[in-house]
Amino acid sequence: MKHMVSTIINGERRELAIKPYRSLLDVLRNEAELTGSKKGCDVGDCGACTVILDGKPINSCLVLGVEVDGSEITTIEGLADHTAPGAPLHPLQESILQHGGAQCGFCTPGILMAAKALLDETPRPTDEEARFAIAGNLCRCTGYTKIVESILSISGSEGAL
Amino acid sequence: MRPFDYFEPATLPEAVSLLERFDGRASILAGGTDLLVEIKERIRLPDHVINIKKVPGLDYLSYDPVDGLKIGSLATLHEVETSPVVIEKYAGLYQAARELGSIQVRNRATVAGNICRASPSADTLPPLIADNATIHTFGPDGERSIPMEKFFTGPGKTVLLDGEILTRINVPSPPPNTGKVYLKLGRRAAMELATVGVAVTLTLDGNECRSVRIVLGAVAPTPMRATDAEDILIGKAISENAIEEASQAAKDQCRPISDVRGSADYRREMVRVLTGRALRMSIEAANEGNSPFDISTDQTVD
Ligand SMILES: Cc1cc2nc3c(=O)[nH]c(=O)nc-3n(C[C@H](O)[C@H](O)[C@H](O)COP(=O)(O)OP(=O)(O)OC[C@H]3O[C@@H](n4cnc5c(N)ncnc54)[C@H](O)[C@@H]3O)c2cc1C
Repeated sequence: MKHMVSTIINGERRELAIKPYRSLLDVLRNEAELTGSKKGCDVGDCGACTVILDGKPINSCLVLGVEVDGSEITTIEGLADHTAPGAPLHPLQESILQHGGAQCGFCTPGILMAAKALLDETPRPTDEEARFAIAGNLCRCTGYTKIVESILSISGSEGAL
Repeated sequence: MRPFDYFEPATLPEAVSLLERFDGRASILAGGTDLLVEIKERIRLPDHVINIKKVPGLDYLSYDPVDGLKIGSLATLHEVETSPVVIEKYAGLYQAARELGSIQVRNRATVAGNICRASPSADTLPPLIADNATIHTFGPDGERSIPMEKFFTGPGKTVLLDGEILTRINVPSPPPNTGKVYLKLGRRAAMELATVGVAVTLTLDGNECRSVRIVLGAVAPTPMRATDAEDILIGKAISENAIEEASQAAKDQCRPISDVRGSADYRREMVRVLTGRALRMSIEAANEGNSPFDISTDQTVD
């Protein structure tokens, strides 16, 4: 049996018919056609599926799609403001490009959403706070240093939120 | 994921009657960070999943000096690790919560789920038992309260009966001059299950140890109290000799296995080292009336 779920994804109301045993990640990637959130381990270890659910970063692979009825979700597709003139990237996206914080790119959507959640709560994080915030996001390319630099270099700057 | 039916009961009695109706084929879903992994890995095969997050009155974390800390069964690890009263008065629990999984996991995971999963390495169990917590349940025959120390019967096994739901964890208010510590040893700093966990809750009376509870994680089928070590300390003056003797007693009493995270011998030796360290830290905290951990966070908010 499918359940009707009404949720706001990236500012847009979506009504989705969902089987109860589908993860939010599968629902986002298939039913909602937002493939930016990645499926790495599918059991909460890698963080590639991180999205912001009602203001908090979570692993969308460990939430059921049916659980998000009435919730608000931001995925990587909703990070930058596409309605702004010229549709600029979000400062975090610019920063990670500039600092070489993305190589193969698979972890990047999850990293950016974890970083966005950090900066929403702590606009000027310390190095330690930035590392603590992305402890649940695995990256096999960068060695993390460039990711941390990407986050710290825009901390507290205008428009980073 | 293997198909299941999904329910969102609106009351506790409704949740209990669903559990009774499905007679062992239903699983409760709280944060889902254990359950959904177990369903995906086909370790658990429930036909029915009962999400209790819509049941009102379970999502709270409150404190008063008489009743102590009350942790509702929907309170998340994130709520616990950011609670000022937990940071101040329940330092062992604070440290365990802070080191459990990732922020993403802690935003979903509940303390009650950590308890009901009953993993030998579960992080919140040792500090809660050291703090003499009580578990409150609701089931077909009404309410029960169970000392947490008696709650676990084996890996993944508890005294919860069919149809019973954990509703609340109660943790007494600490007397003055109490120090609390939880030390987690893992192979890396974050996103790691404990190879050994040691919790100490210790109250001083001058230089004398008025009471102490030492609880070891990941070195037996359930979290275990190092009672031999406690007996060496209780009612005696604190001395370096007594601490070393107690640490050795904890090592002798634990019953670890060898697995991917460490050999039995290594775990035993680490129990000795960490028990000594946790005792010294909790004595220092009891003397100073402070949390032993550096909890200052340099958060400049404009
Ligand atoms: C990536 C990752 C890292 C992790 N790291 C750690 C770690 O470092 N340390 C650690 O200890 N754990 C860790 N865990 C395990 C898990 O996050 C915790 O055990 C968590 O506290 C479980 O809570 P939950 O609310 O998600 O439980 P759920 O998955 O919802 O439930 C767990 C079990 O308890 C039962 N249950 C839940 N609530 C109740 C209730 N109120 N009454 C009766 N039964 C109930 C469920 O039916 C299920 O069997 C990790 C998990 C993941 C995915």
